[in-house]
Amino acid sequence: MSTATSTAPETGGTTVTEVRNWKTPVILIVLAIAALLVFAIGAPSNDVTFRLTGENDPIVLPPIVVSATVTGWVCALVLLAAAAWSFVLVRAGRTVPVWLVAVYSVFFVAGFLTWVVGSAETPNVALYGLLAGSVTLAVPLIFGSLSGVLCERSGVVNIAIEGQLLSGAFAAAVAGSLTGSAFVGLLAAVFAGMLVSAVLAVFSIKYIVNQVIVGVVLNVLVSGLTGFLFSTVMSADAETWNSPPRLSPIAIPFLSDIPVIGPILFEQSIVGYLMYLSVAVIYVALYHTKWGLRTRAVGEHPKAADTLGVKVNRMRFTNVLLGGAVAGLGGSFFTLVLVSSFGRDMTAGQGYIALAALIFGRWNPLGAFFAALLFGFATNLQSVLSFLGTPVPNQFLAMLPYLVTIFAVAGLVGKSRAPAASGIPYIKG
Amino acid sequence: MKLELQGITKRFGSLVANDHIDLVVEPGQVHSLLGENGAGKSTLMNVLYGLYEPSEGRILVDGQPVSFSGPGDAMAAGIGMVHQHFMLVPVFTVAENVALGNEATKATGMLNLSQTRAKIKAISDQYGFDVDPDAIVEDLPVGVQQRVEIIKALVRDAEVLILDEPTAVLTPKETDELLAIMGQLKSDGKSIVFISHKLREVKQVSDLITVIRRGKVVGTADPDSSTTELASLMVGRAVSLTLDKAPAQPGEATFRITDLTVLAPNGQRVVDGISLEIRRGEILAVAGVQGNGQTELTEAVLGLQGHVSGSITLEGHELVGRSVKEIIRAGVGFVPEDRNVEGLVGPFSVAENLILNRYDQEPFAKGLGLKPAVIQQNAREKIAEFDVRTQSAQAAAGTLSGGNQQKVVMARELSRPLKLFIASQPTRGVDVGSIEFLHKRIVAERDGGTPVMIVSTELDEVLELADRIAVLYRGRLMGIVPGNTSRDVVGLMMAGMPAEEALGQEQEFGTEPGSGEL
Amino acid sequence: MSNEQKTERQLSRTAAHDEEVRLEAAAELGDGNQAPPAVPAGAQSGELQPGLRESQSLMQRIATGNALVAVLAVIMSLILGGLLIAITDERVAEAAGYFFARPGDMLSAAWTAASEAYLALFQGAVFNWEADTFAGMIYPLTQTLTVATPLICAGLGVALAFRAGLFNIGAQGQMIIGATLAAWVGFTWHLPVGLHLLLVIIAGIVGGAFWAGIVGLLKAKTGAHEVILTIMLNYVAINLVLYLLTTPAFQRPGSSNPISPQLDDTALYPLMFGDGFRLHWGFVVAIALTVLVSWLLNRSTIGFELRAVGANPTAARTAGISVTKGYVVVMVIAGALAGLAGVAQVAGTEHVLTAGVAASFGFDAITVALLGRSTPWGTFAAGLLFGAFRAGGVVMQTNTGTSIDIVLVVQSLIVLFIAAPPLVRSVFRLPAPGAVRKGPKARKNATAGGAA
Repeated sequence: MSTATSTAPETGGTTVTEVRNWKTPVILIVLAIAALLVFAIGAPSNDVTFRLTGENDPIVLPPIVVSATVTGWVCALVLLAAAAWSFVLVRAGRTVPVWLVAVYSVFFVAGFLTWVVGSAETPNVALYGLLAGSVTLAVPLIFGSLSGVLCERSGVVNIAIEGQLLSGAFAAAVAGSLTGSAFVGLLAAVFAGMLVSAVLAVFSIKYIVNQVIVGVVLNVLVSGLTGFLFSTVMSADAETWNSPPRLSPIAIPFLSDIPVIGPILFEQSIVGYLMYLSVAVIYVALYHTKWGLRTRAVGEHPKAADTLGVKVNRMRFTNVLLGGAVAGLGGSFFTLVLVSSFGRDMTAGQGYIALAALIFGRWNPLGAFFAALLFGFATNLQSVLSFLGTPVPNQFLAMLPYLVTIFAVAGLVGKSRAPAASGIPYIKG
Repeated sequence: MKLELQGITKRFGSLVANDHIDLVVEPGQVHSLLGENGAGKSTLMNVLYGLYEPSEGRILVDGQPVSFSGPGDAMAAGIGMVHQHFMLVPVFTVAENVALGNEATKATGMLNLSQTRAKIKAISDQYGFDVDPDAIVEDLPVGVQQRVEIIKALVRDAEVLILDEPTAVLTPKETDELLAIMGQLKSDGKSIVFISHKLREVKQVSDLITVIRRGKVVGTADPDSSTTELASLMVGRAVSLTLDKAPAQPGEATFRITDLTVLAPNGQRVVDGISLEIRRGEILAVAGVQGNGQTELTEAVLGLQGHVSGSITLEGHELVGRSVKEIIRAGVGFVPEDRNVEGLVGPFSVAENLILNRYDQEPFAKGLGLKPAVIQQNAREKIAEFDVRTQSAQAAAGTLSGGNQQKVVMARELSRPLKLFIASQPTRGVDVGSIEFLHKRIVAERDGGTPVMIVSTELDEVLELADRIAVLYRGRLMGIVPGNTSRDVVGLMMAGMPAEEALGQEQEFGTEPGSGEL
Repeated sequence: MSNEQKTERQLSRTAAHDEEVRLEAAAELGDGNQAPPAVPAGAQSGELQPGLRESQSLMQRIATGNALVAVLAVIMSLILGGLLIAITDERVAEAAGYFFARPGDMLSAAWTAASEAYLALFQGAVFNWEADTFAGMIYPLTQTLTVATPLICAGLGVALAFRAGLFNIGAQGQMIIGATLAAWVGFTWHLPVGLHLLLVIIAGIVGGAFWAGIVGLLKAKTGAHEVILTIMLNYVAINLVLYLLTTPAFQRPGSSNPISPQLDDTALYPLMFGDGFRLHWGFVVAIALTVLVSWLLNRSTIGFELRAVGANPTAARTAGISVTKGYVVVMVIAGALAGLAGVAQVAGTEHVLTAGVAASFGFDAITVALLGRSTPWGTFAAGLLFGAFRAGGVVMQTNTGTSIDIVLVVQSLIVLFIAAPPLVRSVFRLPAPGAVRKGPKARKNATAGGAA
């Protein structure tokens, strides 16, 4: 039968005809036309000033002044060109490269920023403050989505990020107040996050309860529990229970003086530095260590991992606990850094935004990091713009991150590929 | 390494999957486990590999009793397994898959994949595998994926290799290559447990054959035993392999496929320019190794495939572009290849499953309302007619045995007037008694004047049912040959040889029609 | 089979039960070509298998002890809640100070704290024995029914989506949009009695259906996950109504507060028992909706399609049922139900539109549906229970100072415990029922009935 080899038509199976996916070009062109109408045609006639440094900073850079009209037209034309090119690519049977979408996003954001600031009553914005504030607001989001990465990569859906953040915030406030030590507060936050995770793990792994249900219910439970304790114990004696010490930013000498990026990277609280560290550590660990390989295997094909002697459910359990620790740490940011007291439901849905960042960032720690930064930016822009007196209603700016997420999951980032076994309990034969 | 199983019993509830099985695997031996689908072979191997705990009995390695609490223990004892359904993480590279569970790390704690790559390379060179350590597994052909599985076992210094139905997904050519590899492994002193229900392969490579039926060892044989002897041992009664079926009385061709091409979501041409026709009152069997476009072909007919070009006509009406519902209403009966996934809604009752594609039509519904009494009556009738063993019509379909589930699907599809009947793997995972019944129903449908298309990866089934045989290879039609064509010719076509050539080759070697494997 | 398809198929084995069956079948076959999936089943746990549950007889259901588990779960949650009340009570803390001298003091203080709170809860939710008049005595019950109305409506929406395999976390947003549209019709148009209310109701249905329809459409067209979509649309909805309440069309004339004008009297649900009670005809609508959804789900072709799509989308598709259409249809109906919950708020109790019009009913609806095991009447009962908790919680907070947040705690504990029957059984040392197999251990012990 070996003679069959020579005559077999080997070419048959390798013919690949691309199935065209028009979703991305369509979305790009729609947004580009919107940009043309708003940023370019609707551009204000004045100049826009972006300040790069404060007046008293050690290094003072001159502000960037641009014409809103010119910038608007440039951005709109670039966007249209990019969208057109994506059409050409898809028509030719190729996919739209990620970098094109990235460039597109940058120009869109730039165009939007110029237009919205230009239309404000005072067309002058401190870019450095805008960016630094974005990072600050993004810190708990980043911790939250890292928690999601840890859980989902090992196959457990974590809707309970919100609850983990809230419990972390609460525990940090209580422990910090009782001991007067912010570090004890941090530890307590980690512990509280893990506690929530432990419940998630026990119910979803041991009792095989639907993971989304457990997550949703846990959020309600934590909200009720912290709310109850807040209104009874904490309110009765705020001095003892709800006045945690504050972790102030630690500026690294010289480095923190670098304009724009100095304050972002080198003038953070402990929690902020821990955030950068966590992103790096989790990224490296996930893709370059034994633990990471096993984690990803368990999330993609648990049975395969099992047949190679990897303890699937133990792996998932520890990862969910780790995720809780990370999110709990993020929660401490609310009570130890942002404000120094706990408030009822003070996380205000940030856990859900973190979940969105996780998906937007395609279950990758770095992706989640940048997605969370984007959301932080949108939120911060909203408060900055309300200062400047913008024509866009505040509520629409507040909607922005959510709308962006909807666009993202509906197709801009393509079919994002979740870990194959995420949400599916592993029951050993 | 000498491996012994003594009195292994494995129960699932009241069901005994393995009943006091004894087995000895000597070093450097290929020991085949022969048995029908469902005889208990895989359960036994899962016990041996530490995936199941035995209810009774013990395992000895070199005379020492061992107990495996998981696959890790089994691997440590030198047992490696190539699973029937590959245990590979699709999105990982070959190196990552091989490293998993057995990771080499650098001093810094980082993964040391280069060490794994080197090992893969060494083994690849030794056995002539030609596997790229950095390829993503899901992009690799099935045959190569299987080699990755073998590498996984060898990297872990396996002395005993369990191969669970390794040829089910291979072409005859790939099968021959695998058998050669097995010989090479054996000469290196490895023991191999080869699980199969294909007599030809078993006879070809084994040193010793143990036959299992219904969870029990029913005998051992040496490879020189005759095919019929082995077959009757395996099946448990004198095998009558031929179905009692009258010659076909084909009428006009009412079903036509013209130049059909189906694209997978990734753009691959999974069905590539197929044209064929089926006449009334004839069975066309589509043969081929699993994954050569059969699934997509049948799904395209039913309107389940997205990117379809070409034409499919039934009694002159075009089907391409119409919805599944319209195609079903046009008189297409469809038995999907995986009843649990596509054929039945497990939590639904038998009664509901029996009207799964007619729930919104008279007499089962009027307007928006269902008519429970009619649905019940229908269920009672069909259960009696098809001899479905179920507690009641209200029992969830998921609780039935495989054979009875298949009868439910078959009953649903055959109990309305059809203009075309398609059945994919109609008897997969079905007990012998039901197979006979199902085959008879299929032939009866043919005799009623319906064009019938059967898709099966079991050559036996194809040869038994077919009036004509179409063979698919990589989405292409290798040709259509008469139903009594020899097994060897069909085998060559399954390996990608066009029909004329295969027929020509056969004449050259003068093989008798109908000889060969069981 | 391409990998993509494989994954799709694995995922489509939504039913954990299917998986059990498969394992059983595999066990029965021992091995063979019947493909065991690489990944065992189901995004959905057995708890979302109502089809299966309903196909069992009543006797079986009682025998398997699910009703008992539900009752025990409620008791366990109440005990835990009581403990929480006790340990945060000041008198208890005081008595704890001399615990070793007189331990009885602390225990009795704890008992007093918890029992007082729960008594007040009962008094506020069901029957007030301290009232002077009969009307006063049953007033709490009517309050419970009033609060339960939006919970039941929105809960039905969530339950219906669950049955089609969709997690509708978005009842909150759907309620808000429904309420917004209904309120606008209610205070902008001035129409005769009857017609006005009818249009208000229709507006609410349209609003909710539209908002949920977006989710169904996006899910069907792009495959985006409904959990994310619904969560995001909740936020969009709340911001949208906040914005609208700053516009002249919605703002009260002469006011800059985010509050709408009062709805016309013709736009309101009439009160059922006169001015002394807040209970309105919206509750009767909720009962009617329960009947309707029950029929829709179990006795109609639409329900057949939805349940098939929820239990096994691949098989549904093969049977000619359009899964994508199913997603849109079920979301539209679910949204309409949530919209009606919004109507119950604006036309029943609030009579104005504010940003907080939906309170947290939309989120509570999720727990209501879960507790009701996604069956219409189960949801109805769960809605009544949670309505009682809410109505009683207010009285409890006023009378005993126990924070109403305890209700959230108890509610979520109930749902958690009910979702994990093995946990409840192990706490109360109940035997695992043979007929219901959950968890690998139970399965192994269970007698495989299907051994043919």
